[in-house]
Amino acid sequence: MNESAETTVRHRIDYTGAKMGMWIFLFTEVLFFGSLFLLYSVFRDKYTAEFHKAATELDIVLGTANTAILLTSSMFMATSITLVRKGKYGLSIFCQAATILLGIVFLINKYIEWGVHISHGIYPNSPALLEMSRGKIIFFSLYYVMTGLHGLHVLIGVFVISGTLLFTARRKINETDFVKLENTGLYWHFVDIVWIYLFPLFYLIT
Amino acid sequence: MVMDNEAAMKAPVSFYGEEGRFKGIFSWIFSTNHKRIGIMYLVAILTFFSIGVILGILMRINLISPGKFISERTYNSLFTIHGVIQIFLFIIPGIPASLGNFFLPILIGSRDVAFPRINLMSWWFYMIGGAIVILSIFTGGGAPDTGWTFYAPYSIRTTANVSLALVGVIFLGFSSIFTGLNFITTIHRLRAPGMTFFRMPLFCWSLYATAWTQVLATPVLAITLLLIILERAFAIGFFEPTLGGDPILYEHMFWIYSHPAVYIMILPAMGIVTEIFPVFAKRTIFGYKAIAFSSLSIAFFGYLVWGHHMFTSGMSDTARVIFSLITFMVAVPTGVKVFNWIATLYKGSIQLDSPLIYSLTFIFLFSIAGLSGLIIGTLSLNLYLHGTYFIVGHFHYTMFGGAGFGFFAGLHYWYPKMTGRMYNEKTAKIAWLTIFIGFNILYFTMFILGLEGMPRRYFQYQPQFRTNHIISTVGSWILAAGLILMFGNFIRSLFRGEKAPMNPWGGKTLEWTIPSPPPAENFEKIPVIEHGPYKYE
Ligand code: HEM
Ligand SMILES: [Cu+2]
Repeated sequence: MNESAETTVRHRIDYTGAKMGMWIFLFTEVLFFGSLFLLYSVFRDKYTAEFHKAATELDIVLGTANTAILLTSSMFMATSITLVRKGKYGLSIFCQAATILLGIVFLINKYIEWGVHISHGIYPNSPALLEMSRGKIIFFSLYYVMTGLHGLHVLIGVFVISGTLLFTARRKINETDFVKLENTGLYWHFVDIVWIYLFPLFYLIT
Repeated sequence: MVMDNEAAMKAPVSFYGEEGRFKGIFSWIFSTNHKRIGIMYLVAILTFFSIGVILGILMRINLISPGKFISERTYNSLFTIHGVIQIFLFIIPGIPASLGNFFLPILIGSRDVAFPRINLMSWWFYMIGGAIVILSIFTGGGAPDTGWTFYAPYSIRTTANVSLALVGVIFLGFSSIFTGLNFITTIHRLRAPGMTFFRMPLFCWSLYATAWTQVLATPVLAITLLLIILERAFAIGFFEPTLGGDPILYEHMFWIYSHPAVYIMILPAMGIVTEIFPVFAKRTIFGYKAIAFSSLSIAFFGYLVWGHHMFTSGMSDTARVIFSLITFMVAVPTGVKVFNWIATLYKGSIQLDSPLIYSLTFIFLFSIAGLSGLIIGTLSLNLYLHGTYFIVGHFHYTMFGGAGFGFFAGLHYWYPKMTGRMYNEKTAKIAWLTIFIGFNILYFTMFILGLEGMPRRYFQYQPQFRTNHIISTVGSWILAAGLILMFGNFIRSLFRGEKAPMNPWGGKTLEWTIPSPPPAENFEKIPVIEHGPYKYE
């Protein structure tokens, strides 16, 4: 009797504690990307006109597509959590798989986009880029670094969601114990939000 | 829950004898028990500290007679590696990861930290980071020679093995973030019933403030150093003027982390001496809340003063004056603490054992550090003293005299609890005296050298500085002798020391209510807390 009471208390502690840990981790992520946004704003201020011009060279269609893809994936992610809480594991797994798939599509898109720039000879330290103005050099460096680190986060997310998918299949994530999935969801939304900021800063400022 | 049953049935065994899933060394390096992790951290941290000390002494030896023993290039690497080790491998993780890991859960009446596995991971990251830093000395284009600050653009252009060292430091940063994240959650979630925030021992408050700083400042360091790696690998140009970047930006981002890091070093040390004063004066701490809040406000103001490292780097006058002003403000909460410590001792029945002696030394040395800090925080004086040995004196008084002595105080205070043995008190006092004398000879001379104009990070100097350099070097030998005596005492007492009782100092906090060394699960039954931590008279 006593024993089981303590167990439930523990369980509840774990849940709130795990959520708290995740939020703190996300703070660190905010600061991590925040530093890059700081760099961006400093250089944007320094090279306003050149940033405008450089931004026209980015493909707004691909960028918009990627925004739509990530937003949709976030929706699937959120749905998968609701479904697990209702005990609908099959559907939840489907939603998680959809999230993973969209994440991969996002990365492929990004790969194509980078590929195009690189084939035009525009990448850090490339002869073509070094010919250009300083503002453009910095713009493209920021573009590669920020979207690159963001892409890395998407990639990590894809792996982590694959993990939660397996856990859900094995019912290690279930109706009563779903904090892992929720935390993964938080992470995924965070990655999504970062992109929401990157998109206008690089594609829409033309 | 099966586990709980079993644990309840067995009589408590010390955590050293705990039977886990693994045997031998693996029962340590894969252990998720906070006490084992604390001990492993302690051993590793003190080992790196010793390496750092040896490098420091080598530098001092060079400065008796420049060029005779050590070349210019080696000297540059020496101060770089010395700085990197002492900062990132010794003093930043120092107290929280070792003593904090061991005692935080016990002090708040918990069985472990919130995320034991992340705790173990943090130790692994620390070890990997440390190994990479050491590896960077011997591989690639030679040991890094940038100074521990890795200032751009030199750190981008040098052929030395900077990137590898930076990878190591980034690992250490993550290890520090994990510890911080763990401690914040632990303090919020795992306090024993009745242990309100204001009934926590003040060491926990200081760890709490530290943990937030670790979490909120370290990511900036991680990204900044990562950018240097990318600069070196791909020439992205953010900090490289020839590509349109700005090296001053690097300085800003570096110090946005590295000034708060000073408080990551000093706050836990303040926490330790705050535990020690009431116990050795047998009096309740004076001004509990003032001390708790001063920790938080030091952590907070610590974020707003980074510019004082850049008075000569190129900033507007307005910015410089503001940074100078806020720097003075940090002295206020620090003063509040010192006042409360002294007031705690006032009319106490003082028991002058080595933990208290080290704590008093902490106040003394840290006051010198703080006063010299006000001098260089003053804009006009900074312009004169920037980049001189005055700075070297100042930060050794802060980090070594402050944080380091606080650490030593904690080691003496908690040694009996951690090991179950008493050290030899007389040897401890002799060691203290030697360290204290050596320390002041070594570093006080540096203030004088600085005032006379001796620049830091110089392999060579003009003849008029010779005498002081020799005095300083002799100090370093005395200091080293003292350190050897102190550690020798600790090591010898592991085998020869008397068995430590449960509560050798008459402390009132929870760690003194359980056996020395503590059982694996700390408490047989989680205690219920009914009053504040320092209940004397
Ligand atoms: C016996 C112990 C020690 C000795 C003999 C020693 C000596 C020195 C010397 C001679 C320098 C270089 C001065 C220069 O040329 O600019 C130096 C730099 C430094 N020391 Fe120590 N030190 C010791 C302990 C420590 C400790 C415990 C810490 C930190 C907690 C520390 C942190 C530093 C830092 C950060 C630097 C600056 C490195 C740089 O310029 O990049 N030292 N030390
Ligand atoms: Cu500072």
